[in-house]
Amino acid sequence: MSKLTDLNLAQARDGLVSKAFSAVELTQAHIERVEASDKLNAYVLKTPEKAMQMAKASDAKIASGTHGPLEGLPIGVKDLFCTQGVRTTASSKILGDFIPPYESTVTQNLWTDGAVLLGKLNNDEFAMGSSNETSCFGPVNNPYQGANGENLVPGGSSGGSSAAVAARLGVAATATDTGGSIRQPAAFTGTVGLKPTYGRCSRWGVVAFASSLDQAGPITQTVRDAAIMLGSMASFDSRDTTSVARDVPNYEAALTGNIKGLRVGIPKEYRVDTMPAEIEALWQQGMDWLKQAGAEIVDVSLPHTKYALPAYYIIAPAEASSNLARYDGVRYGVRQEGVDIDDMYANSRAAGFGDEVKRRVMVGTYALSAGYYDAYYVKALQVRRLIAEDFNRAYEKCDVLLTPTTPSAAFAVGKEVEDPLEMYLNDVFTVTVNLAGLPGLSVPAGLDAHGLPLGLQLIGKAFDEEQLLRVGEVLETAAGFTTRPNEWWSA
Amino acid sequence: MSVDEKTVRRIATLARIGVREEELPALAKELNTIIGFVEQLSEVDTEGVKPFTSPVENTMRWREDAVTDGGYAEQVLANAPAKDDEYFAVPKVVE
Repeated sequence: MSKLTDLNLAQARDGLVSKAFSAVELTQAHIERVEASDKLNAYVLKTPEKAMQMAKASDAKIASGTHGPLEGLPIGVKDLFCTQGVRTTASSKILGDFIPPYESTVTQNLWTDGAVLLGKLNNDEFAMGSSNETSCFGPVNNPYQGANGENLVPGGSSGGSSAAVAARLGVAATATDTGGSIRQPAAFTGTVGLKPTYGRCSRWGVVAFASSLDQAGPITQTVRDAAIMLGSMASFDSRDTTSVARDVPNYEAALTGNIKGLRVGIPKEYRVDTMPAEIEALWQQGMDWLKQAGAEIVDVSLPHTKYALPAYYIIAPAEASSNLARYDGVRYGVRQEGVDIDDMYANSRAAGFGDEVKRRVMVGTYALSAGYYDAYYVKALQVRRLIAEDFNRAYEKCDVLLTPTTPSAAFAVGKEVEDPLEMYLNDVFTVTVNLAGLPGLSVPAGLDAHGLPLGLQLIGKAFDEEQLLRVGEVLETAAGFTTRPNEWWSA
Repeated sequence: MSVDEKTVRRIATLARIGVREEELPALAKELNTIIGFVEQLSEVDTEGVKPFTSPVENTMRWREDAVTDGGYAEQVLANAPAKDDEYFAVPKVVE
């Protein structure tokens, strides 16, 4: 018999509903696995007692036939989502032992639908990073190791989420994506990562990094699981002014497997000179798979792609410098005393923020300061419009775009941490999607020469997650990715 | 445009981040690298382009002017590093 922790979310759901096993059994199996996973450092807080309470309540609901769509399914939550009564830190020292007195809308939706909280997952501090190395809890190790047994990063900022799902430390995980923080870690760990359209999931109660770019979404084992998770995470929320009042469709029902006549756009600007041959080959393979499934491949152009990262590295830090002004040692978090109140602010922030967060807050402060606001910030917002318009024009010729998710497979812990710009280039294929507010999906599609997972990214039209997931499932079926990491961490 | 140590000190003051003198050279170098990278944007012709502030063009929604939340000061203060009765406590700011 296969282990309960080998099941994906849809399989676990079906097993619970058919009473093949109980929510308590499923949760207990995951708790034990999480307990034995400390070498991965994916969980920064484990909540086994809460999980067992929630699982018992789920079993009662299943018995009485009043269960929700996610009833009894144990998941991990990125430590960026506020969870009532459960420590939430954004993996920053400055939040200390912050215990939210409220629940984020996304996690409330999940609990209302029956999900079970296993614990809080590691991430880059305030979601600023692409390797999970800026966390105050230390780096997360990718369940996949390098050819010589060296530890690799799980991607970031949702590195705890991607590692947890790849290592089966939960049937799924929540994550957030500001410039690629769901899709890049999914690609690095052989998992599925979905960044929904901006406005699809409420940002209320999610620690803010860059408010016009942040969006919550799931990391899962399969595309079907992502569809199920999104169905619960998405909602209209009057407490988020950028939440969009649209009905949440049945995403799972959209997975028909039929993409005949679909036009798949291939943006020529994503063919960068430095792209490794194996990624180029995988991209071509992805086109062939979709063509065989009845889609038509169309060449398109996104001419301002080159300027997406520079625009992002003004807009995101500018918004961060404003959002992070709230961490001042007054209302919550850690205070460092000073000779006066200004000194107290400066000391608290110097001690509480890590280097990358300080860098970004300072870049943002500079870009917004008198004399530079127009030259940097307004200019970046203008370029952002040109990038969004590039997509609008491309979508006149195609229905969905296919690109690689990342320019490389997972790299070694410590390799890029000294060079911020090299780290930023990880997001070269994902960041345009956040700037335009579109949905993006990373699907595990193959392995590199060292046996490390690689992902392909599909980009959809705004609020057309149904089509995005439909194409994603076709791609997933064609790729047939079944690789699992060796379980070195449990030894 | 290059950021010198004096500018770094000014930005740090604006951002309320304490920076020691000996940290200034390294910070100036890092910020110059990032700002050098974003300077590419000056190549783009943005004449007449309206700035893009949000992917969602919602207008602010109206709601009834009614109290819908609140009345739990102890919860609001629960995470405060220092408090006094129902108030956050800070170092003296008025002479």
